[in-house]
Amino acid sequence: MTDDGERGTPGKGLVQGLAVTLKTMTRRSTTRQYPDVEPDLPPRSRGVIALLEENCTVCMLCARECPDWCIYIDSHKEEVLVPGAARARQRNVLDRFDIDFALCMYCGICIEVCPFDALHWTPEFEYAETDVLDLLHIAVEAGLTPLRALGEVGRRRGGVLAGELRATATMAALGVPRGQALDRLIRRCPSDGVTALVAAIRRTERHGAPLGPALSGLAADARTQRAQRLRERAARAAPKIQLVVALLLVPATMLLVAAALTAALL
Amino acid sequence: MPLWLDLLIRVLAVVVGFLLLPLLVGQTEHKVMAHMQGRLGPMYAGAYHGWAQLVADGVKFVQKEDITPKDADRGVFRLAPIVALFPYLLVLLAIPLGPGDLVAQPLDIGLFFVLAVLGVGVLAVLMSAWASGNKYSLLGGLRGAAQLLGYELPLVLAAASVAMAAGTLSLPGIVEAWRPWWLLWQAPAAIIFFVAGLAEIRRPPFDMPIADSELVFGYMTEYTGLRFAFFLLAEYVGIVVIAALTTVLFLGGWHGPLPHQLGWLWTLVKIFALSFVIIWFRVSYPRLREDQLQRLCWLVLVPVALAQLILTAAVKLAI
Repeated sequence: MTDDGERGTPGKGLVQGLAVTLKTMTRRSTTRQYPDVEPDLPPRSRGVIALLEENCTVCMLCARECPDWCIYIDSHKEEVLVPGAARARQRNVLDRFDIDFALCMYCGICIEVCPFDALHWTPEFEYAETDVLDLLHIAVEAGLTPLRALGEVGRRRGGVLAGELRATATMAALGVPRGQALDRLIRRCPSDGVTALVAAIRRTERHGAPLGPALSGLAADARTQRAQRLRERAARAAPKIQLVVALLLVPATMLLVAAALTAALL
Repeated sequence: MPLWLDLLIRVLAVVVGFLLLPLLVGQTEHKVMAHMQGRLGPMYAGAYHGWAQLVADGVKFVQKEDITPKDADRGVFRLAPIVALFPYLLVLLAIPLGPGDLVAQPLDIGLFFVLAVLGVGVLAVLMSAWASGNKYSLLGGLRGAAQLLGYELPLVLAAASVAMAAGTLSLPGIVEAWRPWWLLWQAPAAIIFFVAGLAEIRRPPFDMPIADSELVFGYMTEYTGLRFAFFLLAEYVGIVVIAALTTVLFLGGWHGPLPHQLGWLWTLVKIFALSFVIIWFRVSYPRLREDQLQRLCWLVLVPVALAQLILTAAVKLAI
């Protein structure tokens, strides 16, 4: 708070305020319009945590030190023959390195602890997913039973979707990798229901969640959504009527009243 | 030209202005406020620098669901936006755009008519505040009532001063009688009219009834959709109306080079300049508190307005 002795001429502050806003208006704004223009992030910005595979010796220090236990590591040992040595050398080979970003709290302890500088911060931040389970960055493998079930459903019905389900099951039975068969199904049947079904099957494979309850849940959701869509179509009539009223009747009424008033005043 | 056609064209022109000018002022406010705050404002709607933002807003408001709160007084609640909007249309009918006959209705008691009709807008604030059935709206409305009633007085006194100087209440007549040295003679009245006008349209720094960081949105809290759009339109039309009245009464309306060909242009330029100043004030100044607002009105504006009246009378008798 300034004391009374420093108060200038009355109104000086008001004029200074106006001057500041006018000056800011004349200067070019430095706003960058994000989705169209990528932000300039410095290389050590704390975005997603990434692994430099060639440095990793699978010492598992990061998995141990992580406070959330969100790092999953699989490895196996390989032998490397060294000419002239008494026996073969062994080395660790990394099979699977996954950080579950649904759990990760971005503390950076794994990066600090890695003795080989294999883990590092990257400026990548646009990796949001619509399903939290998809935040486990992992490759999908093996499992056949749900696909055979899809094949059976396809055999019992007619129509395009049933044909696709049969084709997917047949491909998997012939040895095409499961993930590939499911990708092909999504590509050929790009509807929300099929995508949700495939996601549920993938989840079963990864986490062992029972498929039956998941499918019942999907069916209930689909029924609710259909009912919702029908209700929305019905509700859309009201604004259409409102639009006609607003654009035609209101100006017309105002015109009539104004004309009547001016006629009365004359 | 038959009378009914003449009337129709004039009223149509005023309605088109009534619908277009607030959109221009609103878009200017978006962009000016943004650049004064070091940002860009709307950039997406319409391909070039978001010029269609308010058009998109209008479409959005029209397609919204019509909600009336359960505890609200339905009839009064639904009527309030129209009562807020309609007086401004009537005021625009009386404002002269250029010399000669370029006015929708050259009323002989134009100024009296305009001030009386502006007073009806106060009702709209009270109607929406009471009928909303919401404590925040009610608080906003009561603040609004005190503010609007108080500031009517300096508004009317300042207008009376210039009417006395011109010797007529007719708005085209006042513009005709205006002389450049009046800028000095009527300067206090001009400032008082402008400030009181800002308070009448509840614009910052006088937006106590809305006070969007304290009262949610004051008396407009419960409104959505088209009704809310009408209130917003009323706010921007209010800016245009106050700017137009100040121009016509104190800045000489259509006076300028080539008044008979370009008079209408000078009027519009002055209206937009004043609208820019109104937007400028909104960005630069914090809100006045209840008691500061009332003090300003009763202890500063009213005495100065009365003093201006005495000065006007003295000079008028001396000339």
